[in-house]
Amino acid sequence: MEQTDKNLLKTIAGISGFQVGRAFNLRKDGQGVERHSTPNVKINPKTDKPGIDIIVAAHAQKESVHIPVILTQSGIKDMVYNDFYIGEGADVEIIAGCGIHNDGCDASQHDGIHTFYIGKNAHVTYIEKHYGEGDGNGARILNPTTVVHMEKNSTCEMMMSQIKGVDSTIRKTQMDLAAGAKMVIHEKLMTHGKQEAHSDVEVELNGKGASLQIISRSVAKDESRQVFHPKAIGNNDCRAHVQCDSIIMDQARVSSIPEISANHVDAEIIHEAAIGKINSDQLIKLQTFGLSESEAEAVIIDGFLK
Amino acid sequence: MLELKNIQFAVHESNDSKEIIRHIDITVPDRSFTVITGPNGGGKSTLAKLVMGLEKPTGGQILFDGEDITNVSISERAKRKIGYAFQQPPRFKGLTIRKLLSLAHGSELSECMSCQYLSDVGLCAHDYLDREMDASLSGGEVKRIEIATLLARDLKLAIFDEPEAGIDLWSFAKLVDTFQNLRKYNMSILLISHQERIMQMADEIIVVEQGMVTKQGSREEILPQLLHEFDTICDKCL
Repeated sequence: MEQTDKNLLKTIAGISGFQVGRAFNLRKDGQGVERHSTPNVKINPKTDKPGIDIIVAAHAQKESVHIPVILTQSGIKDMVYNDFYIGEGADVEIIAGCGIHNDGCDASQHDGIHTFYIGKNAHVTYIEKHYGEGDGNGARILNPTTVVHMEKNSTCEMMMSQIKGVDSTIRKTQMDLAAGAKMVIHEKLMTHGKQEAHSDVEVELNGKGASLQIISRSVAKDESRQVFHPKAIGNNDCRAHVQCDSIIMDQARVSSIPEISANHVDAEIIHEAAIGKINSDQLIKLQTFGLSESEAEAVIIDGFLK
Repeated sequence: MLELKNIQFAVHESNDSKEIIRHIDITVPDRSFTVITGPNGGGKSTLAKLVMGLEKPTGGQILFDGEDITNVSISERAKRKIGYAFQQPPRFKGLTIRKLLSLAHGSELSECMSCQYLSDVGLCAHDYLDREMDASLSGGEVKRIEIATLLARDLKLAIFDEPEAGIDLWSFAKLVDTFQNLRKYNMSILLISHQERIMQMADEIIVVEQGMVTKQGSREEILPQLLHEFDTICDKCL
């Protein structure tokens, strides 16, 4: 494996290669290059379109799956369909993510369509990091689509972050929650330069006792633009809390458009949204510790996006 | 030692200039406890900000250990071991109290030392170290954490701007204990306060009114005068 590949893997998945004893699928420049299954986690390539099926056995416990994607060729456009079948009562951590290294002048693009079928009482932790680097003028584009179907009493925590180097992203997330299902989404985003990021999240809470929490934090620097549109729809006796916080800097633009709908008298849905620049007292406070203004700014942003 | 020499500070509003501080001379000796008091709007908080560098004087000189720091930035003053506790400390989403104390200290602070600083301000470290310095903390908790960040810094001079402002009586009693505790730290304390119980801890009391020092002297000399004046004003009101 080349050093660039290792660096990208380290950044997006915290690994430098195959993890012994764990399910693993590495996709590079539009091709599956390494794949391992385990007794409880089978990874099978799709036959009708690019992508894989990840099948986690019912009641499997403390399983871990890495499915990173890396793009290192300028001008490549990759689209992949990954379907996750999580068996009843299983407990699994899925580490996804995409890193693009583009030194060329043509755009590199990865569109990942992930669909989750989470069985009854199953628990999923999903971690997805998006990252771009390279010296070329070619754009680095990532357009993830995430669809999640949650069965009764299943729980899922999704941590999705895009911290650096992605020029354009359109993120679409759709979910439906059955009775007692619990979803927590942590979304973190930082844009700089002339980057654009759009995030649409739509969650239907269909079953009694379903709950949703969305915590979205973002920082928009330079001339970048961000648009958030989280939508929570309560169709039963359910709870949802949507919180969007953004720090705006320089000449950036941020739109936060939370939308909540209740179609049931016992649905309790709350949203909070805030956009603002870094508080000057925060900067001064850290300067009174001996930090420079730029160091103070970095500490505040790091903490906010932690 | 801190020396303020003929310090002036004015703000410009449209075509008008308003003097907030007029010709103030103050000396704060090493390892002393000095309380600045006086009526609201008299310039006390401005004076504290001028010492830390949050505001720049329009006249005069600030000397610290003999060095002229009048035009030195906030962070450079911090490096000279001057610290400042805000009247309304800012909160930080995502920043834990453990991290804040380490930032104050200038390097990773051991669990043991973090616990020491928090217990010196009356907080149980295990309940707080991993909490975020955010809106979930009460006003009294934030004030005490603010003081702990100063303790973590090994300061020569600590400035406190009305630490009692905005906290309840119960928290205030604990705050007084905290300041008693601070005497063991080997630093000068410059504290702005209206509270008699805090003034009773002072070595020296300075009264600032309308941007000027109107009284200055030892606690034994000044505090009885202030209490007498207060009684007289109250009698007039009756």
